[in-house]
Amino acid sequence: MSRPQKMKNARKKISPVALQVMWNRLISVVEEQAQALVRTAFSTSVREAGDLSAGVYNETGEMLAQAVTGTPGHVNAMADAVGHFIRVIGRSNMAEGDVYITNDPWLGTGHLHDITLVTPSFREGQLVGFFACTAHIVDIGGRGFGADANSIYEEGLYIPIMKLANKGCFDGTLQTIIRANVREPDQLIGDIYALSNCNEIGHRRLMDMMTEFELDNLSSISDFILQRSRRATLERINALEPGQASGHMRIDGFSTPVDLNVTVSIETDRILCDWEGTSRLDKKGINVPLVYTKAYACYALKCAIAPDIPNNAASLAPFEITAPENSIVHALHPAPVALRHVIGHFVPDTVYDALDKLLPDLLPAEGAGCLCNFQVSLRPRSDKAAPSDAIRAEVLMFNSGGSGARPNLDGMNATAFPSGVMTMPVEATEQVGPVIIWRKELRPDSGGPGQYRGGLGQFMEVGVQAGHEFDLQAMFDRVQHPARGRRGGSAGAPTTIQQDNGTAMRGKGKQFIPPGRTVKMAFPGGGGYGNPRARDMDAVRHDLIGGYITAEKAAQIYGLDKEEIVAILADANAVDI
Amino acid sequence: MAEIWRLGVDIGGTFTDLVLESSKGVQASTKVLTTYNTPEDAIITGLQTVCKQVTIQPDKISQIIHGTTLATNALIERRGAKTALITTQGFRDVIEMRTESRFEQYDLNLTLPAPLLTRDHRYVVHERMDANGKILIPLQKAEIDALAERLVQFGYDSIAVGLLHSYANDSHEKMIGRALADRLPDVMISLSSEVSPQMREYERFNTTIANAYIKPLMKSYLSRLKGRLAKEGAYCPVFLMHSGGGIISLENAAEFPVRLVESGPAGGAVFAAHIAVSHGLDRALSFDMGGTTAKICLVKDHTPKTARTFEVARTYRFKKGSGMPISIPVIDMVEIGAGGGSLAHVDSLEQIRVGPESAGSQPGPACYGRGGTAPTVTDSDLILGKLDPAGFAAGSIPLYTERATQALDIHIGSKLDMEAVEAAWGVAEMVDENMANAARVHAVENGEDLSEYTMIAFGGAAPLHAARLCEKLGIRRCLIPQGAGVGSAIGFLRAPFSFEANNSVFMQLSSFDPVRVKQLFADMEKEASAFVRSCDQDANIKTEYKVYMRYAGQGWEIPVPLTVQHITKPDTADYKACFEREYEQLFARTVAGMEIEITVWSVNAYTEPPEVRPVQKQGHQRTLETTNTRPLFDPAKSTFVNATVAQRDAVKDATQIIGPAMLTEDETTIIVPSSRNAVACGDGTIVVFAKLDGGQT
Repeated sequence: MSRPQKMKNARKKISPVALQVMWNRLISVVEEQAQALVRTAFSTSVREAGDLSAGVYNETGEMLAQAVTGTPGHVNAMADAVGHFIRVIGRSNMAEGDVYITNDPWLGTGHLHDITLVTPSFREGQLVGFFACTAHIVDIGGRGFGADANSIYEEGLYIPIMKLANKGCFDGTLQTIIRANVREPDQLIGDIYALSNCNEIGHRRLMDMMTEFELDNLSSISDFILQRSRRATLERINALEPGQASGHMRIDGFSTPVDLNVTVSIETDRILCDWEGTSRLDKKGINVPLVYTKAYACYALKCAIAPDIPNNAASLAPFEITAPENSIVHALHPAPVALRHVIGHFVPDTVYDALDKLLPDLLPAEGAGCLCNFQVSLRPRSDKAAPSDAIRAEVLMFNSGGSGARPNLDGMNATAFPSGVMTMPVEATEQVGPVIIWRKELRPDSGGPGQYRGGLGQFMEVGVQAGHEFDLQAMFDRVQHPARGRRGGSAGAPTTIQQDNGTAMRGKGKQFIPPGRTVKMAFPGGGGYGNPRARDMDAVRHDLIGGYITAEKAAQIYGLDKEEIVAILADANAVDI
Repeated sequence: MAEIWRLGVDIGGTFTDLVLESSKGVQASTKVLTTYNTPEDAIITGLQTVCKQVTIQPDKISQIIHGTTLATNALIERRGAKTALITTQGFRDVIEMRTESRFEQYDLNLTLPAPLLTRDHRYVVHERMDANGKILIPLQKAEIDALAERLVQFGYDSIAVGLLHSYANDSHEKMIGRALADRLPDVMISLSSEVSPQMREYERFNTTIANAYIKPLMKSYLSRLKGRLAKEGAYCPVFLMHSGGGIISLENAAEFPVRLVESGPAGGAVFAAHIAVSHGLDRALSFDMGGTTAKICLVKDHTPKTARTFEVARTYRFKKGSGMPISIPVIDMVEIGAGGGSLAHVDSLEQIRVGPESAGSQPGPACYGRGGTAPTVTDSDLILGKLDPAGFAAGSIPLYTERATQALDIHIGSKLDMEAVEAAWGVAEMVDENMANAARVHAVENGEDLSEYTMIAFGGAAPLHAARLCEKLGIRRCLIPQGAGVGSAIGFLRAPFSFEANNSVFMQLSSFDPVRVKQLFADMEKEASAFVRSCDQDANIKTEYKVYMRYAGQGWEIPVPLTVQHITKPDTADYKACFEREYEQLFARTVAGMEIEITVWSVNAYTEPPEVRPVQKQGHQRTLETTNTRPLFDPAKSTFVNATVAQRDAVKDATQIIGPAMLTEDETTIIVPSSRNAVACGDGTIVVFAKLDGGQT
């Protein structure tokens, strides 16, 4: 039999089957790396919400595999990060046992609250690759997590790219400085160690793999992964009709509206996104470093064109993202950037506004966009004597509006897009401090009407136990600019926010709530797709029975017969909508 | 003294397995095709078969232990009763909003799994507890009565009640339960504070609804079964295997049927644990590979790893997050779509992919010649020489090599410029790699190093793949026990009667309340013991105590075992010391000065398992001499090797066979690659071990 003999000879240059296995293994290695981080990190943003990432790189710093975790915001940022570390630290200055650190928004993942660690991987004295990981930590000092800073200097401690550990010895001075500058020093130091351990676990698994396959370096597997990924990505791009189109979206911003403008060009072997014409920097901390814009633009393009090709240097390279300096999507130092996600989460829907003109029938209508997050700072009431058991507490909640309707599917109710993080359970949140969530449920009629309906937003009502007052740090958009529909579909409902006595509130910034008052919020719905009158009547009936739409809208927008509505409602079990 | 006969019954997706044993061990076993509409029919057929085999009457059976996939299937196939939910005003959509995230991030056309109950079957009442169980809004009796009146009209069979923070104070749920029982006496009620009293509303509500949803179906099935068995003369008590690996009474199972979910695989893990005890293994990896899926479970210190939640009915390629969470005590295992029938294809990256889709029993793998044309894992195993085309199922199912070759050529080889053998190698390697990766991630999630583990392999496809999996995972020894084809049913007979009571009272160590702690444990112990006592009147009941602890602000708790001392004289410093010891072991480094909190309290009551006769450790004394050989592909060597072939029975006590070798059985083959030898133990178990180890079992 000639074939086995042939295989045996091929073994020196590694068989295709072995290479296939190794690629799978590397993806599994980074998943393990991410899992180890979830198990050992302290911040709730990592453990509950999955705001983290992990990746493995070849010796030149090209990313070979990345764990699929809660946040696309790290996608390209991670791909670029190791290159920055090699440049700043210097290859000749790297040794076994080293660990490097930064939270530089421009070299890391967009704000000071993301800590990135990089560990070089040595095998028998030779540098063979790197492991990197990033996690969103609870506090980095400064003004705290919010939009109110006027420059990066107010947003917290800034750690440039430097050695956290030198040949296995951790830098005590750096740790002392970190501890002295943040509100939760133990948690942050704990998180940093967790990040370091997770790279170490990745390294050990890589060494096991290299032993098993008798590898001295990663060059053959690296070539295999990058060539295949590049070829597959280019195949997808080149299968598209070349062309150029522009997209636009106007959103609330902090105090003045922000215009996002993008031109998407499909060319041979690449797709370009240029953000010329986008608003200039904002005075407050909602500006976006380009690395974060790139991440979400790439994410949007990958979802549309090559969703099944894993993220690595080659599969991301054909997507080129550019923007004018000091536009809001390319903020330079020292612009404040803490809430870069509030603008950054609108990048995909803006890209889709353009891409839809080139690739019809593929992309969803606009959705809620940014996560509907808020932070509650509670304290004993200050207007008169507070009960003795009243306390201070900080409570952060992640919530989602509705996603946009798809060409053949309704939008998803109260589900994050483009972010992938999870909400925290109400029961768990109420364990953290004396906060009371009075309501958290779907918001009828908020999904944009269409042949396919936009996803519903949600209602929330937040108060505190008697004897307390609180500040609410709002991080919402779409108050003035709801999600637009597509192809004749209508807009979703806008964000609303007010106190229970009707006192008006702003969509962004820290606002005081006196004792006894609650905050009522309604988060936005996604836009609809197609003419509502073309909607399947069974779907309209289903929506009416479930209370996703009211009788009024069923008649007015979808044209359901009034007598039938009366009959359906008489029959339906539906309780108070 | 009359012989004591016990019957184990496992209803699986394809087969219903029955095992009859006496004090001398397993005496008879059979496989009957599952009868979906009336599952009890297959049991009765099987009962008659095994009784005939050992010539006893059914009335001689003193105990029947039963596990079933019926509960799981009813949830997957949405074949439950007309069910309503009553919940706290403002929280009607908890089960629909889930975690508000997408489990697959790159799919623009993702559809989320529909909740078990549509929105119009979810009712709300005006009431509210806070996180400490203090009443913020009292529930009015008049409101419940009015609601009950409305529910009467709609003809519900079953009602779930899930109120916010009811794990901390169940008084409102109890009030609703009483009112409904008065007004709707024929409707089945499930209270979240009874079904799953744990913090986290989504999981608790969903678990309670799942219970309510399958309760009428399961209750009716179980009572029919009892009647049919009695008609056959089997009057003995019937017990049910639960998802946590213990046994509960038929009555309890009918009340809390959600606890039966995944009881079959749990039986498999108990089977592996029993083998681990008899072979003195502290660290065992249970590997159960059948036609459609593979299940992997860590068995540490003779106990399968348990968890407090798991996911049922995953709708998207077994992807985490695509199913519904059920929070009940379960044996913690990973299940992936990798079995003998798993289909292989080439994706857009020119990568070979295997599963999770399966050819099932119809049309089956291409080599069965029943109309299947797509290549499966079994087809690849055949091409690689792992199966004997003439000897499969004792020759009753002929295997067609040429059909397997053709399927691999068309669907894999032609696309990747590979011959059928190389394509088959790729398919087998991918499926083994998928399983190895799942095992590795599972081990990491649990802070375990698999190289210290011994594998216990069972299920039809496991012996074909176990040794390669061991090579990949760095596991030196693998045990393949006898009766591996009906492992779950045997496992049922090895399980103790047990019940784990859980309570989610949140407590920080800085405000540790010893009086409350004592009371909490006393209540739970009473509940758990009463449960076990109702199953077994005489046995000695043992209890284990555990708390789940973490640093304030963490989201993951770690289990901390406690002793009786900690229960009778609770002391903050002791709890702290216990936590830090466990934390250090898992994560190397504790964090000084942080608040520590307890989130869940747990008492497990169980009957002592019968003493297990340890299998004598032995090396090999003889080496099997035979000239019978067949070519076998060895992936570690990337080539075919000449493998010795023998019947499994040919290796008896302490007889060794040198790898590469194949030990054939009726429906499977134990593969011994070049890197390994195999030896038989006194109990018939085959040990496949790395050559460097010298064969000490």
